[in-house]
Amino acid sequence: MIYNFLNMDGYGLYVFSSFIFTFVSFAGLYLIIKSQLIKEQKKFKAKFGSLTSDKVLAARSQKINKEILAAGTFSKI
Amino acid sequence: MKFFNQNKILNLSFRSQKIILIFFLLILLIGLFEALVLSPEDYLQGDAVRIMYVHVPAAWMSLGIFSFIAFLSILVFIFKNKNFILIAKSIAPSGFIFNIIALVTGSIWGKPTWGTWWAWDARITSMLILALFYLMYLMAWRIFENKNYVLKVTSLIAIFGSINVPIVKFSVDWWSTLHQPASVNLISKTTIHSSMLIPLCIMTAAFVLFSLLIFLMKYNTELIKIKNKGLDRL
Repeated sequence: MIYNFLNMDGYGLYVFSSFIFTFVSFAGLYLIIKSQLIKEQKKFKAKFGSLTSDKVLAARSQKINKEILAAGTFSKI
Repeated sequence: MKFFNQNKILNLSFRSQKIILIFFLLILLIGLFEALVLSPEDYLQGDAVRIMYVHVPAAWMSLGIFSFIAFLSILVFIFKNKNFILIAKSIAPSGFIFNIIALVTGSIWGKPTWGTWWAWDARITSMLILALFYLMYLMAWRIFENKNYVLKVTSLIAIFGSINVPIVKFSVDWWSTLHQPASVNLISKTTIHSSMLIPLCIMTAAFVLFSLLIFLMKYNTELIKIKNKGLDRL
């Protein structure tokens, strides 16, 4: 029964290789994006940790995200 | 404008990632069971038709995502809002991967059904051109360092590339191609049986969730990158 399922009347190689390629691609992309995210998070923590106390206060008072994106416009485009 | 508070969006998207990942895996398992076990074989193609359950959703997603990127790029030119370009940049990697999956699985499907891995058929060639536009779009972000220049270049690539989207869609109607015409139509009658349509829809839902997951992760990465630059300026 398992052999019949895997063989799929001779099409098993084509069917399963398509599915495997799809999910290997998914896993690859997921891992790449995840590693990029972790790298940036680590960088952020390291940078924030290395700030002097007055700069930490300044960083906290800056509404960086809001500034960057909320009303983010650029004139030269 | 509190709605656009990026800290809130960041926290929300970090939390939602786990939920989306769980939903994606759950729907994928159901979809795989439907596609590989429950759905019937085709009367002509036999079990080879099961490749459709990864090939078709991947092709739909790649076309949909590129159209969305082009739409956002037009909005960038009109409203000059950075957030649109950030969304477009974050969604592009999954679109590219879906395009590659559609090409490769199509090639694998071509061998048992057409007797060849590749044909310079209108549909296949236009999908390859779409992959090249995706590649140009992603490469432009890496190559150009000038912020204003990269925004212009990527937006133009997306807008020019969108001309290819209707060509991909209607290539099977406009030219005589090896590739079969669409079986699932929103406007005209769908010619696929529900026993095959249901697994196709479930797999498409899984692909949408995967794309959403990748988008959120990439979007968060880009936001943190901007935060890092903000800390450098202190």
